[in-house]
Amino acid sequence: MKKIFTRPKSLKKVPFHYCPGCGHSVIHRLMAEVIDEMNLQDKAIGIPPAGCAVFAYYYFDVDMAECAHGRGAAVATGYKRANPEAIVFTYQGDGDLAAIGTAEIIHAANRGERITTIFVNNAVYGMTGGQMAPTTLIDQQTTTTPYGRNMKLEGAPLKISEMLALTKGAVYIERTAVNSPANIRKTKKAIHKAFQTQIDGLGFSLVEILSPCPVNWKMTPVESWQWIDKVLMKEFPLGVIKNVTGKEDAD
Amino acid sequence: MAKILMDGNSAIAEAAIRAGCQCYFGYPITPQNELTEYMATHLSRRKGCSFIQAESELAAISMVQGASLAGVRAMTSSSSPGVSLMQEGISYLAACGLPAIIVNMSRGGPGLGTISAAQSDYFQATRGGGHGDYRTIVLGPSSVQELADLTHHAFNLADKYLIPVIILGDGMLGQMKEPVEFKHEAPEVLPIRNPALRGAKGRPSRYIKTLSSQPIDMEEINWSLFRRYQLIKKEETTYDTFMIDDANLIVVAFGIAARIAKGAIKNARANGLKVGMLRPITLWPFPSEKVQELAQQTKHFLVFEMSMGQMVEDVQLSLEGKGEVSFYGRPGGVIPTPSEVFRVISRLCYQKGLK
Repeated sequence: MKKIFTRPKSLKKVPFHYCPGCGHSVIHRLMAEVIDEMNLQDKAIGIPPAGCAVFAYYYFDVDMAECAHGRGAAVATGYKRANPEAIVFTYQGDGDLAAIGTAEIIHAANRGERITTIFVNNAVYGMTGGQMAPTTLIDQQTTTTPYGRNMKLEGAPLKISEMLALTKGAVYIERTAVNSPANIRKTKKAIHKAFQTQIDGLGFSLVEILSPCPVNWKMTPVESWQWIDKVLMKEFPLGVIKNVTGKEDAD
Repeated sequence: MAKILMDGNSAIAEAAIRAGCQCYFGYPITPQNELTEYMATHLSRRKGCSFIQAESELAAISMVQGASLAGVRAMTSSSSPGVSLMQEGISYLAACGLPAIIVNMSRGGPGLGTISAAQSDYFQATRGGGHGDYRTIVLGPSSVQELADLTHHAFNLADKYLIPVIILGDGMLGQMKEPVEFKHEAPEVLPIRNPALRGAKGRPSRYIKTLSSQPIDMEEINWSLFRRYQLIKKEETTYDTFMIDDANLIVVAFGIAARIAKGAIKNARANGLKVGMLRPITLWPFPSEKVQELAQQTKHFLVFEMSMGQMVEDVQLSLEGKGEVSFYGRPGGVIPTPSEVFRVISRLCYQKGLK
């Protein structure tokens, strides 16, 4: 009998600790499938963030090394420069990448570091209990914006992927979501493209993934999927933000 | 090899290259820019090597962490305010057991301070500096030659004990020129530490982490670091002495202050005063046993630092009350002269009736 569905080799046989309906586990699986398909398991180096996905090293069956909050892009840069044969990825949340690690990610992108960043945007700080993130929407209630995010006090949602696209060194940036089977398939394709960009030595690549956080959004998983469609995507539209890889097939 | 005239900052850089340093990441700050610029000129062109002018000291130390994960010899350098920013990364390096070299050509502080040489980062360097229960090896060179020698030694220590090593110099050592001889040639093949994190080829995947969800696990990490620190204390404590055999007053000074003190001691000897010097080379581990040994010879100690008094606490702790400790210091980047220190010594000898 032909086996058509199995656990990816690059994913350890360990149950995820993530909350019900969380997008991290889906994204982990997609990445592991891509790592398998591209035969990268023995040369991949992963840099997980401080945040819910800090324990990513319990799940990915590849070499991984934790770093300080926000410093993923700098650690990945140092690693890749020391060992250019490795395929290096950072896995970062919106607080990690768009707040405390803004400088590191912008300069890594601008230098065109041959690294791949998986940027998980759930518009909230997950692990610390639902505080405001740079990507929190206007009027969105969080534990530190209990009356809703106020543009005049907290600024507007930061479109870091669009900002990164302005740098010359960033060659492939796409925003996807994991809130429907179709979007999940597109996300996998984008992750594949991002790793290929690194393998081809073209420059910096990033996939921003809109991901549900039902517990901190105080929604059911289904409501979370719908909220991404109806609300989050209005602020963060899906699609290729930048592609100068010379291969326009990312869509 | 013949001696060449070189500034201290460049000598560290050249010695690092000859020690097989593969990656240097740094951010400009006075008075250590010659080091960064030397690396930009010389390291960046070497095969397999990498130089990055980072966007901040935070990024620079994190890049060093990345390179160290890959098992290569990596370093960064800065001066006081920049080294404060690096404390985050140094704590992670210590927690992960990753070797790295951090050079601090220190300057007057606190705050932006001055760009003139000072020794006021002694506490920061010798007490860990960042958050958590850890130490780093701290080397305190006092000449350009010693900067070069200790840079080579620092890489070996870092690899041997899997620990970050701080070279605590100062702006004066960094910028003054002295003849220096490099005793090693750069290696043909750059060293790669084994084991390092270089992909799960032919072995199960590995991860390096610092987060422990169970306090009992973190405690075990702390004890394991502590055991390593005990071994370092036992094996690696070094110091230098000057005219101590018959001394009834021991000056304790490190780094550039020890050079100044040496001039003062020569003058004191010419005036018939029996003064000698203990110069700690490892600031952590501190040569406490040598201080205790000297306390059997005399109970009079004078600590001289270019700060308001930081190492003086280590001397007092080492003596356990078995000696009298006087202190003379000039903070803020002011450079005391040998004749100034000589006056302090001769006054002290007169007050204590030392002949």
